[in-house]
Amino acid sequence: MRSHHLMLGTAALALAAFTTAVSPSEAQASETLDAVKAKGHLQCGVSTGLAGFSFTGADGDWDGFDVALCRAMAAGIFGDPKAVKFTPTTGKTRFTALASGEVDVLARNTTWTMSRDADLKFEFTGVNYYDGQGFMVPKSLGVTSAHELDGATVCIQTGTTTELNLADFFRANNMSYEPVPIETNAEAQQKYLANACDAYTTDASGLAATRATFENPKDHVILPEIISKEPLGPLVRHGDPEWGDIARWTLNALLIAEEKGITQANVQDMAQTSEDPEVRRLLGAEGEYGKMLGLDNDWAIKAISAGGNYGELFAHYLGTETDIGLERGLNALWNQGGIQYAPPYR
Amino acid sequence: MPDEQFPAENSPARRIVEHRPIAFVADRQIPPSPPPAATTGVVGWLRQNLFSSWLNGLLTLVAGYVVFRLLAVVVPWLFLNSTWEASSLSECRALDTGACLAVINERFGQFIYGFYPSELRWRPNLAFVLLLVALAPVLFDRVPRKLLWFSIVYPFIAYVLLWGGFGLRPVGSEQFGGFLLTMIIGVTGIAGSLPIGILLALGRQSDMPFIKAMCVGFIEFIRGVPLITLLFVASTLLNYFLPPGTNFDIIMRVLIMVTLFASAYMAEVIRGGLAALPKGQYEAADALGFDYWKSMRLVILPQALKISIPGIVNTFIGLFKDTTLVAIIGLLDPLGITNPIRADTNWNGIVWELYGFVALFFFICCFSMSRYSMYLERKLQTGHR
Repeated sequence: MRSHHLMLGTAALALAAFTTAVSPSEAQASETLDAVKAKGHLQCGVSTGLAGFSFTGADGDWDGFDVALCRAMAAGIFGDPKAVKFTPTTGKTRFTALASGEVDVLARNTTWTMSRDADLKFEFTGVNYYDGQGFMVPKSLGVTSAHELDGATVCIQTGTTTELNLADFFRANNMSYEPVPIETNAEAQQKYLANACDAYTTDASGLAATRATFENPKDHVILPEIISKEPLGPLVRHGDPEWGDIARWTLNALLIAEEKGITQANVQDMAQTSEDPEVRRLLGAEGEYGKMLGLDNDWAIKAISAGGNYGELFAHYLGTETDIGLERGLNALWNQGGIQYAPPYR
Repeated sequence: MPDEQFPAENSPARRIVEHRPIAFVADRQIPPSPPPAATTGVVGWLRQNLFSSWLNGLLTLVAGYVVFRLLAVVVPWLFLNSTWEASSLSECRALDTGACLAVINERFGQFIYGFYPSELRWRPNLAFVLLLVALAPVLFDRVPRKLLWFSIVYPFIAYVLLWGGFGLRPVGSEQFGGFLLTMIIGVTGIAGSLPIGILLALGRQSDMPFIKAMCVGFIEFIRGVPLITLLFVASTLLNYFLPPGTNFDIIMRVLIMVTLFASAYMAEVIRGGLAALPKGQYEAADALGFDYWKSMRLVILPQALKISIPGIVNTFIGLFKDTTLVAIIGLLDPLGITNPIRADTNWNGIVWELYGFVALFFFICCFSMSRYSMYLERKLQTGHR
């Protein structure tokens, strides 16, 4: 049955690749933007549920770090962060949903890889979260580094890149391990808590979210080693670079806003009073930069007003104040020890 | 010497005996004595049903112990110590309670309606009440027959109520979810698959080669493909085959696929019923001079469908539970909607309460269907078996 899906998926993608290849749609203005404006809302593909990134709140609306990016985009285009409809996508349906035009943008914890970019014909428009595979162990094990895990039993989700990364890591370090194959994250939680394995490995953000659900999270540590690169970011279809620009610069605007200290609270004031030329350009006080994207000149004000700048979003959904409790780490700005780096807005 | 007990024939004693009633013949009914204590009352019932042999007795004890252990855990957890008032799992844990039913309490609306706008939720409510009205004449023959007309127009009313139009605010399919979605898919699949299934079953038995080939081909193709593959076709492949820009609603696509899928199975169930009828019934219908449709409607199908009731309801129940598969293509049915709820940091880590609640819903629906089918079988019991 599984191979059926794969075959269907491959056929669909091949077909998509074929149609995109034979009909390059090139126009001066973004076709997608026109279509989005015509229907009055942005259609955004999100995960069907991933702690901190995409979930439903008590008010019955979508919320989360990935969701907030779509809301910022919608706010930049329409001035209304609510002008977005969400299509929950699974790991199996996400790419076809985007390729077929069912969604305009996919913000779904998708790792930017070469083949997804080139073979699946998608355009990644930045990285909103730099993730990487890590290990979680019980504190009582007394392990402080992944290099001390020689001979350990490791819970690992089968059929994922994490499985391959794990094998690579242990082979490269001349260590042995015993894999305990599992299917889902929920199963992993149970197995790990039942001491069926010494360590659990998956993306570090996932580990943190999992640990947050334990009755005694303090009894478990996430080891400092990160053994893979998982740059997660939003993506759009090939064929409409202008639309990709809007997605890219929405994320960049949020990053620049953090760098320049523009917050949800003070963005209106900054637009009036700031003397910083880049802030003035970003917030539309100087130049016609919004127009270049086909948006209003004050689009960035609206995008930042939606949920705040990148740092505010991170703190609100993932940061140390939340149950998930992620450090900024790689996701700190470039001038604060991280690698989040937005090109200049000029 | 004559015996004292048996006096001589002409003795005075003998004469007296003859005139008295015979002592050893009972002249009235002996009152029934109570049955042995071991076969009546509670003891008798226990002996008959629970301890009829040492093996059954042992099994009773073991089962009783298991049930007791289960209840000893479940009852305090679910009823005595559970809490309905909390805003997060950690709050529940701080209260050190049993079941954290607060999550059901808080997310009840999402479970029932998905993302349906809260100010418009009277529309699905009304559609549900009207569904009961529309079902009544179909399910129970004491309801006035005229209501059947309402049942026929109900699908259109429900469509307008749920999706909007004719002055009602339109609601997009991406806002449907929860039990509302299950009911839409389940009810449509059930209502659509029975008539289509009957036609397919008749078509498969037809003498006309073209119709027969069509029906056989359709049934065998659909039965040879897993439902999940059809759902993937509905959700992804159709997007490519349809001309660009066509917006073919995802729920509609799923409804069509699910109905076709159930129809193929239904056709085979009904074909079983048709095959079980003796040939004489067909001949009798012909002998009465009925044409094909009359003989089917008046003679064959009433009997064939009656035989097929268990199989039909079986297919219905299977279909109803299969609706949860839509979670795989990203539609948030009750099972699917537990995912984004658990992803909320407030409720991350909660499992039993959510799945238990969904299981309860499905149990109520499926159990009612199975009870109804038993009622129907009893009602249609004609005695000649």
